[in-house]
Amino acid sequence: MGVLVPVQRRRPVSGNGHEPLLQARNVVQEFAVRGRGGVKGGVVQAVSGVSLDVRAGETLGIVGETGSGKSTLARSLLQAPRPKSGSVTMRGTELVGLRGKALLEARKSMQMVFQDPFGSLDPKWRVRDIVEEPLIAYGVGSREERRARGREVLDRVGLDADVFARRRPRQLSGGQAQRVAIARALTLDPALIICDEAVSSLDVLIQAQVLNLFEQLRDELGLSYLFIAHDLALVKQVSDRVAVMYLGKVVELGPAEALYREPLHPYTVALLASIPSPDPTAPKGKAHAAISGDPPSPIDPPSGCRFRTRCPRAQDICAVQEPPLSDLRPEHAVACHFPVRSSDENPATAGAR
Amino acid sequence: MSGAANGDLLQLGDLRVDFRTAGGPVRAVDRLSYSISAGRTLALIGESGSGKTVSSRAVMGLLPPNAKVSGSIRFEGEELVGLSDKQMRRLRGAGIAMVFQDPSRSLNPTMRVGAQVAEAVRSHADLDRAAARTRAVELLKLVRLPLPEQRYHEYPHQLSGGMRQRVVIAIALASSPKLLIADEATTALDVTTQAQIMELLRDLQRQLGMALIMISHDLGLAASFADEVVVMYAGRAVEQAPTHELFARVRMPYTKALLEAIPRLERPPHARLPVVPGRPPDLAALPPGCPFEPRCPNRQDLCRESDPPFAEGEPGHRWACWFPCNGGGP
Repeated sequence: MGVLVPVQRRRPVSGNGHEPLLQARNVVQEFAVRGRGGVKGGVVQAVSGVSLDVRAGETLGIVGETGSGKSTLARSLLQAPRPKSGSVTMRGTELVGLRGKALLEARKSMQMVFQDPFGSLDPKWRVRDIVEEPLIAYGVGSREERRARGREVLDRVGLDADVFARRRPRQLSGGQAQRVAIARALTLDPALIICDEAVSSLDVLIQAQVLNLFEQLRDELGLSYLFIAHDLALVKQVSDRVAVMYLGKVVELGPAEALYREPLHPYTVALLASIPSPDPTAPKGKAHAAISGDPPSPIDPPSGCRFRTRCPRAQDICAVQEPPLSDLRPEHAVACHFPVRSSDENPATAGAR
Repeated sequence: MSGAANGDLLQLGDLRVDFRTAGGPVRAVDRLSYSISAGRTLALIGESGSGKTVSSRAVMGLLPPNAKVSGSIRFEGEELVGLSDKQMRRLRGAGIAMVFQDPSRSLNPTMRVGAQVAEAVRSHADLDRAAARTRAVELLKLVRLPLPEQRYHEYPHQLSGGMRQRVVIAIALASSPKLLIADEATTALDVTTQAQIMELLRDLQRQLGMALIMISHDLGLAASFADEVVVMYAGRAVEQAPTHELFARVRMPYTKALLEAIPRLERPPHARLPVVPGRPPDLAALPPGCPFEPRCPNRQDLCRESDPPFAEGEPGHRWACWFPCNGGGP
């Protein structure tokens, strides 16, 4: 938006950026757990039939609470591990079922940045070796070319290679370490970066710096992001579209602005109402528990709509029939038998004033 | 609210905490003063390393042996600094309790949660097993743990994060504390659970007349729940005011930066955030002037030379800045 467009920008020219870069259809991921120590065994239904697109040049946000399956979904998209069923295509190439070299090659244009930068950087390695490693893994370039590329990506993330290239992770602050992780993700010139809670462990001022870096890279390189976080305000701020997940399913998917102004799913409304407002005029203690209780176990999810056990609008049909995710408005889909209409009482927007 | 004119429950005066470290002495808390009376909520806000947790651990007497505490900590008029561990434990044990960020690390994984609450009850009151058990169930009901009688016999891993934090709060309440310190008590929790726990803490505080110190990095949470806010940076208080006053007229550029960096639903997608460059200073090598000077948008030569005093600029509103922001909030 009104920012300088550098030459290397990869932004698609045709189709308004609407052709999907990554396409997921009915992705299912399940894990068997053994019962022990009094815990019930069974199959954790971590991701249950998720379909979504990441369009070229867009940021798709995924928001959900612990156990909603958002991180498992990200890993399933990367085939690490491969989903139980469903289809994932990246630029038209089907990833599910690919093995070995073919999978590596297809996955090259997708990179991931994790929450804990120190956990994802080998403490014994120097920064330059960390950022060059993907090139070695893919056998790209000569030694000199790799070194030059390493300096380039460090420069891109705002780290002076002369200062940082020889450092080891313990000589970095949290923000610097996350920049190194981002630089490493850029090394192979990806089209899509999957950010899994990538700024969640950073202090708020450093978080703002790193968020701006993500936006800057998006402008400069035409990157697409799948941006996963538990913080709806954060996700909304960086995303073009947002998917809300609950217990392994997408319950609402729509343009970020519409999702915030006119949430359709009662769970989205509850999430919005739970965010404490930094507004000085908001009545004290406003952040009220919009829903009670905890999410049910993904081993034994409720029948019908999985949110019904905590839903203020639930009726008999919700236990029997699972609501499909369908467009209620253009581009704005919800999986609910009784979606919230804007004329209804809406605690989120009423509270935000 | 309640409490007489001089009814400060806890009063910190010029509190300093120095650590002896291999890299030289580090002053983690410097000249910190605040007070809180019964029934009130004070928020200590700051980033990692700002001294908010260390200062509260000093109040609790929970610092490691290489820490030296000076200045004054008065609880119900009694000076805590300089007391022996034993005296301190007696005074504090009855009056102050603390809840930490990670509920699973505060609980014993091999012990049923009810037994852990009952143990806390018996360590504060001379009760037999049956009476302690009854009291423990009462406490679990008080913190609104669903099905308390059944949960009593469960282990921490069988509970959700929110339920575990409720158990931790029940343990903290076993001593009927007058002051509860919640150190990032909801940070590890999901947003809907966070709202539930904050609501619980607020209700308990009203019900029991406790004072509450909430330590957090989240100014938004403070805006919603605190009566008064102390913002800390590099071990010092840099701004302090009643919550409404603070958010209406932010003075310290650091507080303003914190406020502007909070993710907001009102921002359009892809909006760039106003940022301050750099990161907090190394406490072992603080510059002579204002510790925020290298990152401050308002900085001038004076800031590098001289440390601004933490002074009351308006009634009830203190800040440490030579060139404060003038007007309303961002």
